[in-house]
Amino acid sequence: MPSEFRLPALGADMDEGTVLEWHVAPGARVKRGDVVAVVETDKGAIDVEIFMDGVVREIVVPPGTKVPVGTVLALVDVPGETTAAASPAPSPPSAVEGGDGGRLRISPAARRRARELDLEFTAIKGTGPDGAITIEDVERAKSAPGRTPPAPQRAPARAAEGAGEGARMREAIAAAMSRSKREIPHYYLSTTVDVRPATEWLAAHNAAAPVTQRLLFAALLIKAVALACRESKGFSGQYRDGRYEEAPAVHVGVAVALRGGGLVAPAIMDTADKPLVALMDDFRALVTRARAGRLRASELAAPTIILTSLGEDSVDAVFPIIQPPQVAIVGAGAVVERPWVVDGAVAPRQVLTLSLGADHRVTDGRLGAQFLARIAAKLAHPEAL
Amino acid sequence: MEREQIAQRVLELLTGIAPDVEAASVVPGIDFRDQFDFDSMDTLNFAIALNREFGVEVPEADYARLASLDKCVEYLQGKLD
Repeated sequence: MPSEFRLPALGADMDEGTVLEWHVAPGARVKRGDVVAVVETDKGAIDVEIFMDGVVREIVVPPGTKVPVGTVLALVDVPGETTAAASPAPSPPSAVEGGDGGRLRISPAARRRARELDLEFTAIKGTGPDGAITIEDVERAKSAPGRTPPAPQRAPARAAEGAGEGARMREAIAAAMSRSKREIPHYYLSTTVDVRPATEWLAAHNAAAPVTQRLLFAALLIKAVALACRESKGFSGQYRDGRYEEAPAVHVGVAVALRGGGLVAPAIMDTADKPLVALMDDFRALVTRARAGRLRASELAAPTIILTSLGEDSVDAVFPIIQPPQVAIVGAGAVVERPWVVDGAVAPRQVLTLSLGADHRVTDGRLGAQFLARIAAKLAHPEAL
Repeated sequence: MEREQIAQRVLELLTGIAPDVEAASVVPGIDFRDQFDFDSMDTLNFAIALNREFGVEVPEADYARLASLDKCVEYLQGKLD
């Protein structure tokens, strides 16, 4: 009996996806974590990893097909589970397309534009990060029609889908937030903290570090949240089927705004264990890939808590809405200079308002207040982050 | 390096960082932030890309001088001469 590789859910709000491409063919050897397919969801095109080791026996769902979550996408012969696969097939892993080992990378905007122009984007040469196809590449390909013939059979369906991409993401966000507000008895807390120790430490670090090792303030926040999760129960986990389960490892999801609208919150894996510079590398790569439309399924499904940081020149505070099945979300406004009382006198200080949206089914305000205080305490000692 | 050459390379770096931005649509005199929501992450990525491409180390204090295509080209010209 071959094992069934099914379409995973990438969050509570996803119920279907369209297989866009396969990176493997029957006979290909796969191992857990390999990206085997690209699936279009209302969160954009997502790289889907396989979660078993074995040899692909059959591709069940062909590209271009929309299927519900849980549908068997492919059959995989897993060693030890089947006699059919006992004699190893000599066929090498076969990449279907792409110039860098089978990975087709394309930004959402470029994908949309390619569809508008009826261009087969698998034939377009990418010049973006890691060979990603940018909107520029699509425009260039348009003026060289001989090299990129249109794909007449598939174009109509794709053009129709492309037009509604932004709207579909908006619908998905609305559905998830409606569900959250309907099901989760939220409570909200906020606290404003003097973050001068953190901003001064950061400025000193960045002045001394080469550009590739510089940090953003958000990296400090992400790490502080992750460490506070380790010390507080009831904020990093999932609520399913009437009960809460604390996650064994903290994976902080970071809310990333997409240019032109939309929002995704992929996770930085094992956030609490990462030194700041490594965490920053992951954070940078994650944002780049989110905006280039190359997120992985595991990153979207993994967050145990989310941080939403609206960043510089934004607002004082955010009142964040929990993303089910999570039970907490931390918000950060902009770091702003404000009059602050220090040792009995008013002085200008850089302050930050941290907020928490948390789930009354799991915790109360007192625990929430402790949790926020722990985040603030971590920020007060940036050298220990 | 000629101004035109620098501008062309900078535009390529820019669209590499922000694949959803069209090079032809970039207005040289307007800050990137006002044109396409360039944020602190983009600025950091831009500084890293400039470092890789031109070997120029841009201190954080100079980030404001990279804010638009015109400013950036002028800054690089000064550094490369």
